[in-house]
Amino acid sequence: MSDHPDLTKLIFGRLSWDAIPFHEPILLATFAAVLVGGLALLAVITKYRLWGYLWREWFTSIDHKKIGIMYMVLGLVMLLRGFADAIMMRLQQAISFGDNLGYLPPHHYDQVFTAHGVIMIFFVAMPIVTGLMNYVVPLQIGARDVAFPFLNNFSFWMTTAGAVLVMASLFVGEFARTGWLAYPPLSGILASPDVGVDYYIWSLQIAGVGTLLSGVNLLVTIIKMRAPGMKLMQMPVFTWTALCTNVLIIAAFPVLTAVLALLSMDRYLGTHMFTNELGGNAMMYVNLIWIWGHPEVYILILPMFGVFSEVVSTFARKRLFGYTSMVYATIVITVLAYLVWLHHFFTMGSGASVNSFFGITTMIISIPTGAKIFNWLFTMYRGRIHFELPMMWTVAFMVTFVIGGMTGVLLAVPPADFSLHNSLFLIAHFHNVIIGGVLFGAFAAINFWFPKAFGFKLDVFWGKCSFWLWVVGFYFAFMPLYVLGLMGVTRRISHFEDPSLQIWFQIAAFGAVLIALGIGAMLIQFVVSFLRRDKLRDVTGDPWNGRTLEWSTSSPPPAYNFAFTPVVHDGDAWWQMKQLGWQRPLSGFIDIHMPKNTGAGIILAGISTVLGFAMIWQMWLVAALAFVSLLAVAIGHTFNYNREYYIQAADVARVEAARTEALASHV
Amino acid sequence: MSSKALRGLLLPAVLLLSGCQTVLMSPSGDMAVQQRDIILISLVLMLLIVVPVIGLTLFFAWRYRASNQKATYKPDWDHSTVLELLIWSAPLLIIIALGALTWVSTHKLDPFRPLERIAAGREIPAGARPLEVDVVALDWKWLFIYPEQGIATVNELAAPVDRPIQFKITASTVMNSFFIPSLAGQIYAMPGMETKLHAVINKPGSYEGISANYSGAGFSGMHFKFLGLSEGEFEQWVAKAKDGGALTRESYLQLEKPSENEPVRRYATVAPDLYPAIVNLCVAPGTPCMHETMAKDAARAGKPAGEHDMPHMEHMEH
Amino acid sequence: MSDAKSYDTYNTAAAPLRFHQETEHHPENGTLLGFWLYLMSDCLIFACLFAVYGVLGRSYAGGPTGAEVFELPLVALNTSLLLLSSITYGFAMLEMQRKRVNPTLVWLAVTGLLGAGFIGIELYEFGHLIAEGNGPQRSAFLSSFFTLVGTHGLHVSCGIIWLITLMVQVKRKGLIGPNKRRLWCLSMFWHFLDVVWIGVFSFVYLMGVLP
Repeated sequence: MSDHPDLTKLIFGRLSWDAIPFHEPILLATFAAVLVGGLALLAVITKYRLWGYLWREWFTSIDHKKIGIMYMVLGLVMLLRGFADAIMMRLQQAISFGDNLGYLPPHHYDQVFTAHGVIMIFFVAMPIVTGLMNYVVPLQIGARDVAFPFLNNFSFWMTTAGAVLVMASLFVGEFARTGWLAYPPLSGILASPDVGVDYYIWSLQIAGVGTLLSGVNLLVTIIKMRAPGMKLMQMPVFTWTALCTNVLIIAAFPVLTAVLALLSMDRYLGTHMFTNELGGNAMMYVNLIWIWGHPEVYILILPMFGVFSEVVSTFARKRLFGYTSMVYATIVITVLAYLVWLHHFFTMGSGASVNSFFGITTMIISIPTGAKIFNWLFTMYRGRIHFELPMMWTVAFMVTFVIGGMTGVLLAVPPADFSLHNSLFLIAHFHNVIIGGVLFGAFAAINFWFPKAFGFKLDVFWGKCSFWLWVVGFYFAFMPLYVLGLMGVTRRISHFEDPSLQIWFQIAAFGAVLIALGIGAMLIQFVVSFLRRDKLRDVTGDPWNGRTLEWSTSSPPPAYNFAFTPVVHDGDAWWQMKQLGWQRPLSGFIDIHMPKNTGAGIILAGISTVLGFAMIWQMWLVAALAFVSLLAVAIGHTFNYNREYYIQAADVARVEAARTEALASHV
Repeated sequence: MSSKALRGLLLPAVLLLSGCQTVLMSPSGDMAVQQRDIILISLVLMLLIVVPVIGLTLFFAWRYRASNQKATYKPDWDHSTVLELLIWSAPLLIIIALGALTWVSTHKLDPFRPLERIAAGREIPAGARPLEVDVVALDWKWLFIYPEQGIATVNELAAPVDRPIQFKITASTVMNSFFIPSLAGQIYAMPGMETKLHAVINKPGSYEGISANYSGAGFSGMHFKFLGLSEGEFEQWVAKAKDGGALTRESYLQLEKPSENEPVRRYATVAPDLYPAIVNLCVAPGTPCMHETMAKDAARAGKPAGEHDMPHMEHMEH
Repeated sequence: MSDAKSYDTYNTAAAPLRFHQETEHHPENGTLLGFWLYLMSDCLIFACLFAVYGVLGRSYAGGPTGAEVFELPLVALNTSLLLLSSITYGFAMLEMQRKRVNPTLVWLAVTGLLGAGFIGIELYEFGHLIAEGNGPQRSAFLSSFFTLVGTHGLHVSCGIIWLITLMVQVKRKGLIGPNKRRLWCLSMFWHFLDVVWIGVFSFVYLMGVLP
């Protein structure tokens, strides 16, 4: 090797043993735990000979339902990582006063808050949102799958590849110390020469490919694959919000791709887009990233608005109030999402008129949002509300989100923002809407559609434990941050002098502990539900007396979703079918045309991971090889024309007969 | 539901009570006082709609629970034009009010705009010139240059009570945000650019100043004391700096290097044109100044130099 | 079939409603729409790069201006190559409609060669600039110039690789449905790059050279 120092450099780049954090006990312990846990998992899979099953039935599956479930699993696993970061920060801030420097030095703390933000947005909220849309949308519109099933599988694995890179940064090298949006010049090569920002860039770029393609995929699915008869204004509200979300994804994520590409040009090639020297302009980065960043928060929340709409009307046993205004509100929010980005940096000095313009457009968004809240309210009005878990989450959302919305509008008033910008008030605000909106929505959705996906309901006792711990924990964790914000405390600080702040941080830490218990209760809920699955079994396929098409098929739905494609006449299609006494057809089954599984997605994403890792560590030879093989596999995949098969009518008949039997035994 | 109702209703109240004591709610500078008022007015405007919504949510949730068979049940009622109008127009009205408030107050409290008053009902005395302070966010400390007094300090800032202050703000390497909560709202400090803040302190005292925008490893320690002093005390404070050394270009380049938790430093003299050189990133000998380069660029692009954007934000002043 | 029918008609007040379709439902193929959506997202990337060029395009940082480094005759030649390649791609599509494999392949090859010529000239231009010390590191203007033009060039290169792949596939499988669909997609892609280039040519080169 010593004869070829250049070759070593080409293969290993700047990766060396120094990159492994042997000197960081926290990381080492985490690594050991992950290693032991991972090996145990691998051992179990091997022992029960599950590899073949996983590969055939899941990893290579192009079934939108399985991909949806895998997205949800990814989101929940990454929630654990993101939350671990959160509770580390809460602990640090609760103890780090005066002479006590806490246990996390800035070098470490700064990575933790950056990773927390990145993971929660990109690898928790996004997978959960995408997973829900993936699972539910084709069922709601009466389709057999999405428009591009292979792309769907590929998208999922690209998202996972991004998550893998972020996780790798924990044990090999380090993550960015820049905050979750990595503003230059801090994220530039001069201030951040190490691999942290490169991990950030590559994990987001790779995951971004997945997100963008899945946006295209779902949008085409909704436009082209609706069941016959389903007009746009008869789509379930969740599908409507999914439609708008995917429009937002297609129109926002390219901007992120572009801006991160420009940042990597600055870092890798020494260009001057955002540098201080030779004419670069860092303010341009801030503008561009928020042109993506603001629509992004609507990408997260809109589908949840859809979830709440479905849940409220289902559990109030009533048609959704104001369907039309709900749809228009969603569209208005979609459009306005692009006209507000500057409110994230009123303090950058754009001048009063520009600031007021963006402040007012921001406030205008609260009008359609308010209309939505009222629509849910009047759906409850004169309903018969059944307080199952999804409905409990919805009520908690309505109360919590209104508070978060109010503080958000407050922050949109520029003079108020000059005082509150970057403060813990802001942190409290966006956690108020993201936890109170996106996460509560995700939990409502999980409890709502779990029986559809697995054929049994989730345990109610542990669900309620989780609910109360989360809700109470949320208020304990974030209300003190509002107060701290008013006390002039800003974000991302790892050490404080003023002892009068400490009590508030301690309350917030207590809240974080409650949330931790809430997460624990949720995990127990899954385990207990699985163990009691025979008791919780739902054979009807319609456990909540639902209103939309997904409840018309069995739980879990067969691979082909519907033996016969439904014909739609009403917004609440399934409700109408039930009202008019529709009977399930028991014969006359036909061959069903379905896409075939393929391993190309996971292979391409695997190579992308290697490519990303090699680029991060500047292993040019490895990167070049990975790039060439990526191209080769992608081209090779296009030579496969044999992508579809038929489920024979006899097989369909067999599956449907089994369901008939189950239904009969149930009654 | 009832315990949630309690929490939902009580928490804002508790927050408001505890919030009253906080620095943003009881500030000492007129700008911050006016910003506080904006926060409170907006809050009240929004509570007009938020409180009924929360109340109704909880009430409907309770009233129309499935076990309450006495409540009316109308499963197919899904539209009411009157209600629709109401639910769109109620938020609209609030936003119109808030929007008007926003437009007016944003212009009035624009940090680039010179002050019009010292405090409510107190005009600026005729002929009073604002105190100029040039602020530089360094890695990770604050440099304050007083052109009028010819001194400079690190991590300590002072101003006479009731005298308008004009801050010119820039940074050396990365973005920071200059923020003294009790004095006025924040504004970003950015390398190669200049932002401005006009403010006045109305009560004597020692206040916290911070960087409000994360800027790297030493960020948490990047705070300073802001002293509101009487005229006499301010003179003494300036005199104290006169015992310090000289802030030459060389010593600035030393000072500029990253360091954390810096103690207070005072400089008796400041090299001429140091601050403009910092803004234009040309303190080090031999580096071209941005404004000159840009003027040349503009000339070569066929535009008169004056029309082109300068590195600092003069053009944003009104 | 007859059994199924008896289940799926309902008499409501006005007309009977059918709630499922007894024959297999074939939704319209979404590939072209999907690809068009992808192109729009790509268009946004170019929009960002144009915006960046708009902001940085006159930050010469003491380095050369557009007027000093752009060689318009060369760029004009380049532009005509690319525009011509769009026309030849059009001929290929016409031949495809006539179901004639070999003429289709010939026109595709011509298109690919024109594209390769375009890339060649662009590489020459870039190489020349870099050799003279006017690489992307010289100034923000050159950074944004190289990025915008280079991203377009990268797209054309991908287009050429795709074109070659498709030629092999058409040769092997003939003008079957999936291949026709792919040719349509590449057609959109190729013309899209042409449109983007017209933007680059007028916005970057012409406006850069004209006073």
